[in-house]
Amino acid sequence: MSVGAPRGLASSGQKPITEILHPLSAAEEPLSPGPDVTATVGGDKEAVLTNGTPVETSSPASASSLFNRLQLDDDLEADGRDPYASMETRDLFVTVDDPKKHVSTMETYITYRVSTKTTRIEFDLPEYSVRRRYQDFDWLRIKLEDSQPTHLIPPLPEKFVMKGVVDRFSEEFVETRMKALDKFLKRVADHPVLSFNPHLNAFLSAKDLNKRQGLALLTKVGESVKHVAGGYKLRARPAEFCAMGEYLDTFSLKLGTIDRIAQRILKEQSGSHREYLTELREYGTVYSSWAGSEGDLRRPLEGVAGCVTTCCGALEELSENMSQDFLPVLREYVLYIESMKNVLRKRDQSQAEYEGRLEAAILRKQEDRTPIPMEVEKCQDRVECFNADLKADWERWQSNKRQDFKQLLTGMADKNINYYEKCQAAWESLITLLQDKQTEDKTSETN
Amino acid sequence: MRPDSPTSGERKMAEDVKEESVAADDDSELLAEDGSLNAAVEEEGGCFLLRRMEICVAEAEKRSGKNAVNMQETFTVYLIETRPLDAVAEGRNPAPDSLWRRYSEFELLRSYLVVTYPYIVVPPLPEKRAEFVWHKLSADNMDPDFVERRRVGLENFLLRVASHPVLSNDKILYHFLSEERDWKEVVYETGFQAKADSRLRALSATFRVRNTDKRFMDMKHYSDELQSHISQLLRARARVADRLYGVFKVHGNYGRVFSEWSAIEREMGDGLQSAGHHMDAYAASIDDILEEEEHYADQLKEYLFYAEALRAVCRKHELTQFELEVASQDLISKKHQREELATGIVRTFSLKGMTNKLFGQEAPEQREARLKLLEELIAEGEDAVREKTAECEEHVERAWVDMERFEEQKDKDLREALINYAVMQISMCKKGIQVWSNAKECFLKM
Repeated sequence: MSVGAPRGLASSGQKPITEILHPLSAAEEPLSPGPDVTATVGGDKEAVLTNGTPVETSSPASASSLFNRLQLDDDLEADGRDPYASMETRDLFVTVDDPKKHVSTMETYITYRVSTKTTRIEFDLPEYSVRRRYQDFDWLRIKLEDSQPTHLIPPLPEKFVMKGVVDRFSEEFVETRMKALDKFLKRVADHPVLSFNPHLNAFLSAKDLNKRQGLALLTKVGESVKHVAGGYKLRARPAEFCAMGEYLDTFSLKLGTIDRIAQRILKEQSGSHREYLTELREYGTVYSSWAGSEGDLRRPLEGVAGCVTTCCGALEELSENMSQDFLPVLREYVLYIESMKNVLRKRDQSQAEYEGRLEAAILRKQEDRTPIPMEVEKCQDRVECFNADLKADWERWQSNKRQDFKQLLTGMADKNINYYEKCQAAWESLITLLQDKQTEDKTSETN
Repeated sequence: MRPDSPTSGERKMAEDVKEESVAADDDSELLAEDGSLNAAVEEEGGCFLLRRMEICVAEAEKRSGKNAVNMQETFTVYLIETRPLDAVAEGRNPAPDSLWRRYSEFELLRSYLVVTYPYIVVPPLPEKRAEFVWHKLSADNMDPDFVERRRVGLENFLLRVASHPVLSNDKILYHFLSEERDWKEVVYETGFQAKADSRLRALSATFRVRNTDKRFMDMKHYSDELQSHISQLLRARARVADRLYGVFKVHGNYGRVFSEWSAIEREMGDGLQSAGHHMDAYAASIDDILEEEEHYADQLKEYLFYAEALRAVCRKHELTQFELEVASQDLISKKHQREELATGIVRTFSLKGMTNKLFGQEAPEQREARLKLLEELIAEGEDAVREKTAECEEHVERAWVDMERFEEQKDKDLREALINYAVMQISMCKKGIQVWSNAKECFLKM
């Protein structure tokens, strides 16, 4: 299964588009390891050749990032470890932490510390520590989208929260948001093209992010794509991009369903109105009050009441964890899917423009032998770049998605295991207590 | 497979002590000529009948028949099997004697025991109708699960009665277990129904009695508390079961969505699909878990009904005490009347006294006659007071013994029930850990 993954997608400029494999198709070349390759120990490590080098499973945009990617694959086994922290070959590390509240006369807001460690020459210093607020992250994202329209930009957590419903300054909300911002930044820093974007550089290093000035580094590609008018109709979307679109639609639906299920479980478990947790608590108190009217049975009954209380606590913890760790990641992926769909749309637009211009140019050529203008060839280049970038990002996205969901779902399993372990321990200690008493009584009887 | 009942210990005890049991070659030696159980075979304070025979309620069957008003009805009968223990001990395996009884006959037996032994906390029958149900459990008396649990409850009832030091000697009980035909007639012939106390009498006694034994009042108060707490507990448990059921079943949806999702995935597909199966298994596991918990609920229900039996003994004390007080009061007032008549002194206001004053006293012959009558009545009254006093004291003495026995049994049984409950919870936790660990393994393979 894992060795069936397609290989070798280069990015912009390094390989002609015709040589790039369809990411979702069955591979034409023999991809399963031949006799030279041995599967490594550990269920989810990728196959390695007998000489020890890992088999390429997916390729990023540039050579250095290729190396990064291979290192990353080795980390796939560790569900505890941060999937973005590969070892020695990465040269840009970012972290978002330390939320602080700022109160001014105009407004109240939260800032986060953004720490950077890097060896790249594009940066003046090896380390930076700046404070940024959500607005700044939003600015960065917009700038990235504008300047790198052919690439998938990771999503940000939602900007607007309903003021009556969610407390924007509660510990939980801030914590959840911070984790999402951290993930966003790490994904950008991890991206072989986006991480070199000058806007990112400014975001990480500038003391004061002067957003109004902006930086005059919008690339030509960006500008031209921005000026693509609607009105060009797409003729034939290549099958691979259709497949991507369909996948995204279905995946989005499934995530929505999972979100609903998780929410429903939370509601049934510890919702506010007569749900399982409420009933369980009351159940425990009945044992306590019964104990009050008993003699010898008092301790056992109180013991049961205690166990039930412990289980309630464990259940509360489970629900809280699921609510804080599970649901936000799920929702973030829905946003990620939207981002990806946007990029697909832009690619479609770019192709449509090319097709439109080409058709117009061919007609003119037929009429009065005007040669095909350079403009049209540039369009063709743009489309090919776009397609290549997109495919590379798609692969990366798929890989990250697999990692993220593996982590998310094993996390969910762990939380539930933890809950049951706590409950089991409580009941087991009760049995010891009760059985000791029994043997105590028996010995006193025989005496 | 029959689950453990609290009296399994007693059945085991019976088997353990079979070496000590008095061996009888056949059943006829058990009964003396007058029908009471052979005194030579009786033992003081032992689990008598259960030492003699193995008892079980083996099966349940549906029957149709005409009822008392000649209408067709369907009812369930239960097969009672008995085997002499000495035969079992000797390795012979004779076919058990068996007969069929329906629930109403058990009720009749119990009513008889309650009236005949008012100083005994008589073991209760399983509930007539399913109560404290959570939503999935059928409240229908014909439901196979309900019938099965009732079968277990009836067996439990018989085992408890047969191992009771006093009740196990009863011949009506013996007939119930050994002779299918005409048993009802025999029971009615005992005339026990006439001896039953009317509820009204009992109730008025409760309000009007003056000097009750404090221990009994405390016990009555305790029985009220026990009933209240256990019914609260059963209700709360049913609600918890209902909610827990919902939580588990929603997890089944994960199974479906993982399966659908796996269809569009390449590497992740297998792991997701397998994990989905585990989620389905998780959702399905709640049915067995809650079915097992019903046995715990049944153990609690037994003591809920036992509390009623305990209260009945206390009420009987109030009644006998009240009757004694009434009889004593009656005697006193008659003695006063005699004094009045003898001395002419009116102690208390009476209409007779007034009319005497107004219209003159009666003739001496009349007075003589009345005095003689009074003396007879007083003699009767004194007998009555003696009788009542003896009845009262006997009741107090015997009831106290049985109430102490009951308390010990209750503490032991309920503690065991709580331990079993904890064991059930542990088993449930282990299952949960297993399922989620399996799912985790699948996720790791994604």
